[in-house]
Amino acid sequence: MANTQGTIGLLGWIDDRFPLTKMMREHLSEYYAPKNFNFWYFFGSLAILVLVNQILTGIWLTMNYKPAAADAFASVEYIMRDVDWGWLLRYMHSTGASAFFIVIYLHMFRAMIYGSYKKPRELIWLFGVVIFLCLMAEAFMGYLLPWGQMSFWGAQVIINLFSAIPVIGPDLSVWIRGDYVISDVTLNRFFSLHVIAVPLVLLGLVVAHIIALHEVGSNNPDGVEIKKVKGKDGKPLDGIPFHPYYTVKDLLGTMVFLIFFALIIFFMPEMGGYFLEHPNFDPADPMKTPLHIAPVWYFTPFYAILRAVPSFAGTQIWGVLAMGGAIVMLFFLPWLDRSPVKSIRYRGWAFKLVLAAFVISFLILGYLGALPTTPERTALAQICSFIYFGFFFALPILPAIEKTKPVPERVTK
Amino acid sequence: MKKIIVLLAFLALPGLSSATSAEGYPLAKAPIDLHDQPSLQRGAQLFVNYCMGCHSLDYQRYNRMARDIGLTDDQVKDNLIFTSAKIGDTMKNAMPKADAKRWFGVAPPDLSVIARARGVDYLYNYLQTFYLDPTRPFGVNNFVFPNAGMPHVLWELQGMQKPVYAVHKDAAGTEVKTLTGFELVQPGTLTPPEYKEATADLVNFLAYVGEPIKLERQRIGIWVLLFLALATVVFYLLKKEYWKDVH
Repeated sequence: MANTQGTIGLLGWIDDRFPLTKMMREHLSEYYAPKNFNFWYFFGSLAILVLVNQILTGIWLTMNYKPAAADAFASVEYIMRDVDWGWLLRYMHSTGASAFFIVIYLHMFRAMIYGSYKKPRELIWLFGVVIFLCLMAEAFMGYLLPWGQMSFWGAQVIINLFSAIPVIGPDLSVWIRGDYVISDVTLNRFFSLHVIAVPLVLLGLVVAHIIALHEVGSNNPDGVEIKKVKGKDGKPLDGIPFHPYYTVKDLLGTMVFLIFFALIIFFMPEMGGYFLEHPNFDPADPMKTPLHIAPVWYFTPFYAILRAVPSFAGTQIWGVLAMGGAIVMLFFLPWLDRSPVKSIRYRGWAFKLVLAAFVISFLILGYLGALPTTPERTALAQICSFIYFGFFFALPILPAIEKTKPVPERVTK
Repeated sequence: MKKIIVLLAFLALPGLSSATSAEGYPLAKAPIDLHDQPSLQRGAQLFVNYCMGCHSLDYQRYNRMARDIGLTDDQVKDNLIFTSAKIGDTMKNAMPKADAKRWFGVAPPDLSVIARARGVDYLYNYLQTFYLDPTRPFGVNNFVFPNAGMPHVLWELQGMQKPVYAVHKDAAGTEVKTLTGFELVQPGTLTPPEYKEATADLVNFLAYVGEPIKLERQRIGIWVLLFLALATVVFYLLKKEYWKDVH
């Protein structure tokens, strides 16, 4: 006897008790995605791939890593030398961390050029920004684990930021560290947060992100709603089933991504000191402050904003607020961008100009954040910080001056 | 196409790394080759004879080294192990850290990953730029790492040298000293070109110790890339086949 899904046998038995076929259909074989996805639409599935990579390699690294100040550095070298394929696990994990940020930054940029955060997809964007925040926390705490000089002093600098908060600051930073300096206690708790707490939250958020996406349907490079034009069978005329069309397309994207991924893992795992910083091959030494403390590349834009803001009124809280604000602004994006047109294809030059300025300022900030400061660099970082924040303040007034093009009814080729 | 160029430019970034030490001393490129096993063997010999009294290789096993640089376990036992260490042990030394700190001001660091921390060019130039300086406790100073706590342990090989400066006046009329080279005050057992080669061997060995898997990883990487390239073609054709009916 067939059930509502029309399945029989073992699958039918399961479907009577668990919505397996129903879920497969809703999310894969009968999830209709616009047929005009382009290059920018690979990064969602690639983000999942990298997440799985981090979780799997992380599990095996955890089997050999020792989260103690006295053993951590040595255990990483033990993984690199004495554990079978340990070097590969470690490089996959360290390269995966950087790849995660490359993929996520491109994924977010996609949302910005095609207005994917606009109604009705605001919640998808909000979940996404929280995922981005979790990812930053995850990467920051993970970076302490190799217990090298940059692990130690990078964490020291960032946790000290909390002591700039008035009244509760100093106590708060001690509470986070569990000690007056970064120590064995800090390492142990960061390990716990890195391998359990944050990944757990991250996974839940990714599920929420995808459920929200599949509820409203994917946006596309034309920014038109494919659900508005349906055929007689009730299916969007411009939609195609995610499976098999986008599963095979994403598999192709995955292979191309893996070529770059493997190129780095096997031939340049340090990526010239950007993915694995050279000073991090010196074991952490609380008595020896490095001349130049640089965060890993994916944090440098925000670090540059932090350093660009001078302290005044006797406190450095302003830089911390600016750095936090640089991320908080992202939450408001769906409501700051008031243009009814989603895709950059049909928006005017004004939007293209501010978006280009935003991206260029972000890249320059990233470059500056990796370098020691000079007065000229600080001045440039200040200009770029103004442009970064200026983007968010320009968005609401854009519709007044922007001449948009007519948006087509259906997706274009 | 534009996207590919951007990605390639990003991959080329590491090539732009600087070529001076933190103190501004210009670093000559270290002529090392991990495939050159005789060089690695000479480097290992120099290391155990001149460096290992103070510097350990805590993460490097003797037998791994033997296998990787083309020696037998017995050759290593007979020629490179001076202690009661077993062939499967890591290359530790007997110097207590606390004493070492008292003697040198700072405990000599473990050198297992020093080539990855400092870079091979730094080490190569460091070993060549010790010079006589009576103001220092061991009578020598260093240009790459000024006021280093380390004595010139290779002086026997290199001899002792003093810096030669050219003095000229800058626009403001103040005298500026620029280093133009070194003068050998007391010759060593090696000629200057031989000494350069010896330091290159030593640095080559330290580069190997920094990441023993490096050559193997590159060898495997070629096959991984070939597989992925093939898989890309297959998936490209698969995608094309499926997408034929999408208009």
